[in-house]
Amino acid sequence: MKTAPMGQRPRVLDMNRVTKTFNGDVVALRDMDLSVNSGDFISLLGPSGCGKSTALRLIAGLSSTSGGRITWAGGQSENDLGVVFQEPTLMPWATVAQNVWLPFRLKGKSYASVKDEILEALRLVGLEKFLDAYPRELSGGMKMRVSIARAMVTKPRLILMDEPFAALDEITRFRLNNDLLTLKARIGCTVIFVTHSVFESVFLSDRIVVMAARPGRVIREVRVDAPYPRSEEFRTSADYAALCRDASDALREAMGETA
Amino acid sequence: MSIAENQPLYDADDLKRLRAARFERFGRWLLPVVVMIAAIWLWDRVVVWNEIPHFILPRPGLVLQTLISDWPMLFSALMITLQITMMALAVAVIGGVGLAVLFTQSRLIEMSFYPYAVIMQVTPVVAIAPLIFIYVDSRTAGLLLCAWLVAFFPVLANTTLGLNSADHNLRDLFRIYGASRWQTLRYLRLPAALPYFLGGLRIAGGLALIGAVVAEYVAGTGGQGSGLAFRILEAGYRLNIPRMFAALILIALTGVIIFAGLSFLSHMLLRKWHESAVKRET
Repeated sequence: MKTAPMGQRPRVLDMNRVTKTFNGDVVALRDMDLSVNSGDFISLLGPSGCGKSTALRLIAGLSSTSGGRITWAGGQSENDLGVVFQEPTLMPWATVAQNVWLPFRLKGKSYASVKDEILEALRLVGLEKFLDAYPRELSGGMKMRVSIARAMVTKPRLILMDEPFAALDEITRFRLNNDLLTLKARIGCTVIFVTHSVFESVFLSDRIVVMAARPGRVIREVRVDAPYPRSEEFRTSADYAALCRDASDALREAMGETA
Repeated sequence: MSIAENQPLYDADDLKRLRAARFERFGRWLLPVVVMIAAIWLWDRVVVWNEIPHFILPRPGLVLQTLISDWPMLFSALMITLQITMMALAVAVIGGVGLAVLFTQSRLIEMSFYPYAVIMQVTPVVAIAPLIFIYVDSRTAGLLLCAWLVAFFPVLANTTLGLNSADHNLRDLFRIYGASRWQTLRYLRLPAALPYFLGGLRIAGGLALIGAVVAEYVAGTGGQGSGLAFRILEAGYRLNIPRMFAALILIALTGVIIFAGLSFLSHMLLRKWHESAVKRET
């Protein structure tokens, strides 16, 4: 891996004029540029159809680019990615511990050999007492925590989250936002977070990439310089309100252009 | 405490619900039993009132007597039929699941063979059975083949559906983690298919018995190693109507037991996680 310049965190991933078209004429994403550095928390914010989920699928390698390039710094490795979907996406027939074991299991590692990592991940999301529970016994918020534990258990270089809290109630959502930041502070993960909530993106991220639809593209980047860790106080501060206004303006611009 | 001390523990709605639940619990067992007793009593009365001779319609008591007196012969016949049924079911499971896995692994194989699986299913087994007994020398093998033909399709169809119904996000997740085809099958598709497979198995259990009985009718040869269906035919020729009823009761009972057994198996395998087997509070 290339050494980073002084005072800058090492690069993880570069997207260079990445374009995705379907059937040759529907442009889902046009000329997207994005550089992700280690430790970044980047939100992709925009209306539906702006290509934010498409961007995640391209980074995850679930679909191929129609143009441009996605480059992993230092090349692709076995442990690039963890993913959290909008649904918890747990295996209902497996216990919590077995679900978190999955990324290791698929790499041929026995449960005993990674037990400590699994316990640690579940401790970080506050579910160490639910090792043997089945997903159906958990609440929506708890299932999502298991999903997050599974995404980070291998300590991947980048965690992709596709509107993970969209289906949860507001109170659970606030709590998971706080917990996610605590988690990020503890393990220093790099996250790309897709959302359509202005408030969520301002609270969580240090960079908000605002996107517009038809064709899906990046229209602006809003930097959130408030220091981590952020707590409930940040949520009620004047800075937060100002940043929300900035992001809302950008989002309105994005919507206005397409309306 | 938010509830006042003197308020009753249950309100009218709760009581209504409790009564309904209690009725449900007892009714499920009690009502069919009452219906059966009434039917048997009516049967008995009809025979007595109309003075129907026992070689046309025996009284229920006579059927029971026959069941006891002919027990050694009926029991060995039952064992033969049961053996064919169970073997056919086992082969149907192996063949059905095996073929379903092949189908989901290769579109080419699925496109080539699925229509023939359907043709085998929709052709009545009675129509194929005579041919089978011409070409297959072993009587047991012939019976087995007939029973298998009827039983395997539900296993195949349901398992194929199940293997293809694994959550698409989970499939994506497996792809992202670079899971091999075998891992995806072993850890994702097969567990996802289990509830569907068990549903198919329950149907196949009943069909295997039907297949075995129909095949025995067609095969028709008697003597040693004859199953229940042949005993019914034979008793019919001899106008031994009570024995016909006795054998019929045994076949029906066998079918019920197979169904109950497979339902129990299904419940045990799924009770921890699947909606169909999980008891809800509300």
